[in-house]
Amino acid sequence: MLKTLRTIAAVGIVSEPPPADDPALRVREALPAKIREVLGRALCIRYVDAGSCNGCELEVHALNNPLYNIEGLGIRFVASPRHADLLLVSGPVSRHMAVALRRTFDAIPDPKLVVALGDCGCTGGIFGESYASCGRVANVIPVDVIVPGCPPSPVQMLQGILTAVAAMPAGRMAHGP
Amino acid sequence: MPLRHWLARAEELPGSPAAARVVVDAADWHAAAQAVAATGGQLLSLWASGETATAGAASVRAALLHERGLLVLEHAPGGPDRRYPGLESIFPVATRLQRAAFDLSGMRADAPDQRPWLRHAAWPAHVHPLREPVVVTDPTAATADDYAFQGVEGDGVHEVPVGPVHAGIIEPGHFRFSVVGEKVLRLEARLGYVHKGIELRFQQLALAEGHRLAARVSGDSAVAYSWAYCQAVEGLARTAVPPRALWLRALCLELERVQNHLGDLGALGNDAGFAFGLAQFSRLKEELLRAMQSVFGQRYLLDAVVPGGMAADVGAAGAAALAGCLRRIASESVKLRNIYDEHAGVQDRFVGAGQVPPELARRLGLIGLAGRASGQDLDLRVDAPWPPYDALAPLKCGHRAGDVAARVAVRFDELQVSIRLAARVLEQLPAGAVHSALLAPPATAGEIGIGLIEGWRGPVMVALEPDARGGIARCHPHDPSWQNWPVLEHAILGNIVPDFPLINKSFNLSYSGHDL
Repeated sequence: MLKTLRTIAAVGIVSEPPPADDPALRVREALPAKIREVLGRALCIRYVDAGSCNGCELEVHALNNPLYNIEGLGIRFVASPRHADLLLVSGPVSRHMAVALRRTFDAIPDPKLVVALGDCGCTGGIFGESYASCGRVANVIPVDVIVPGCPPSPVQMLQGILTAVAAMPAGRMAHGP
Repeated sequence: MPLRHWLARAEELPGSPAAARVVVDAADWHAAAQAVAATGGQLLSLWASGETATAGAASVRAALLHERGLLVLEHAPGGPDRRYPGLESIFPVATRLQRAAFDLSGMRADAPDQRPWLRHAAWPAHVHPLREPVVVTDPTAATADDYAFQGVEGDGVHEVPVGPVHAGIIEPGHFRFSVVGEKVLRLEARLGYVHKGIELRFQQLALAEGHRLAARVSGDSAVAYSWAYCQAVEGLARTAVPPRALWLRALCLELERVQNHLGDLGALGNDAGFAFGLAQFSRLKEELLRAMQSVFGQRYLLDAVVPGGMAADVGAAGAAALAGCLRRIASESVKLRNIYDEHAGVQDRFVGAGQVPPELARRLGLIGLAGRASGQDLDLRVDAPWPPYDALAPLKCGHRAGDVAARVAVRFDELQVSIRLAARVLEQLPAGAVHSALLAPPATAGEIGIGLIEGWRGPVMVALEPDARGGIARCHPHDPSWQNWPVLEHAILGNIVPDFPLINKSFNLSYSGHDL
């Protein structure tokens, strides 16, 4: 126990303060204020891998590490679509996942947002459309924001999430605590 | 006939230094497999090519790992229905491989289990995508199908269906638990949800560009797959790769191993209720990813390995920064291991959970990292080394307990070994070019190039057949997850459902690499 506490103290808080001259990091600074303004509470994300190579998924995991500290920004990944505001989808949508993805989308209460991740989520990527792949996410469910990259970096993902939140028509998601 | 007889008859294959092929008839197909099994070998992969204009006659191939390398059996069955003898009685892993081969290529094995495996509802049962085109009228119209799970009956038994969409940030798959109270009586997995037609997609690419798709068969093993693919292409093109490029590939492969082990060690702590572990290990992993970004220009090395060598060289400054980062990770991991080892709560969850004893592991063909935690000590970097591992001679890590704790221990051990290996590569990196132009492959019909690489999860294989125009006639990538998914179903028996995420994570198998 003592060693654990000592490590915690020694490592300290590693979440990065956003320097003013780095536009990529300024996204993180703007994010919590924006989200509070639009949502009035934490943003809840439901993530679905609809057929990716699992590269995007590794970067979604990285969002939770102490350096990006997404929970510290007021954003949380949730287990049930019923609790979610935003659906984050990676991959070309495999035809075997199309039904599950659509059902997950339907289970999220309105108003909802969808962010498609990665080159595959945006265009179908290297896998394209085939007997087994529906291609891009927008071919299966409506998409608000796309985040290209193979895989996109955690900062790019954050940028995409912010863009989606800012794109909501004013008042649509404004509800108090 | 003993194995040496088959090896004497076999012709060497281009690519991996360990691979050879022998063409057999139906009786020999079974006999040769038996000979490999008799020496303690195992089935690595099995795939088929349906009769097509480009690939010629229908044939089925089995890649068998024996103690000195890989023996590829090739069999072209006769008769009107082109059936071949199933190997499931010798190697249990053959069952799913044979079902998948039928779904994709229409070659049926004589075996009891004839249920579809990779095919759900995206295409009809009588169509086989690698043999004839699938006509898709409405690509998003596929509905859920009715798969025949093997049920368990009795007083108080109920089923818990989980997935394909899971609660956490993981890939999709379906697990059907039969439980009494909290205890698991049976688990049956259904995979294939992320089948996206990778093998057919390969056939639309040129030989020289297939490595990009190979790297995306399973993104967490991008270096292993792209190296395996390149090994096959370079073998077919008789192209020698400069030593510096080979050493840099080994560096990338070890970095991929370190990066995945760091991620898993954190996630395993978290699944045991110790969030501190996730915070610390994911911090170390991020540090490494950023160092890799500054040295290679990418965090996950998806496009680092290219046919003929490496996409880019590593400068002296980059090498020094990377070595420093690895040293910090090595020393911090030692302290964190100590904390894990002394944490009663964590050890209570790790020890004895999801046990696969060595005898069961041997019988089921458990392989790779999980195999080494259950007394199966195969590590291709040592047992069938390819350059530069013949010069590097890494240390093998292993354990015999076969539980979550053992799989954690092997990861901790391998982490240190890989960091030492990477440091040595950085120190002794040969000078010279990192890329040589690929010579055009001679267009020999029926030629196969084999790539065989020990990735962080286990042996990754790519079997590559060129066509006459510089394209790909057939490419079959194999992930060690094929071997280990069925073993997970045994590991969970007698455990409680809430321990499944922990046990599953301790194997950390690929869905994408399996579903193709």
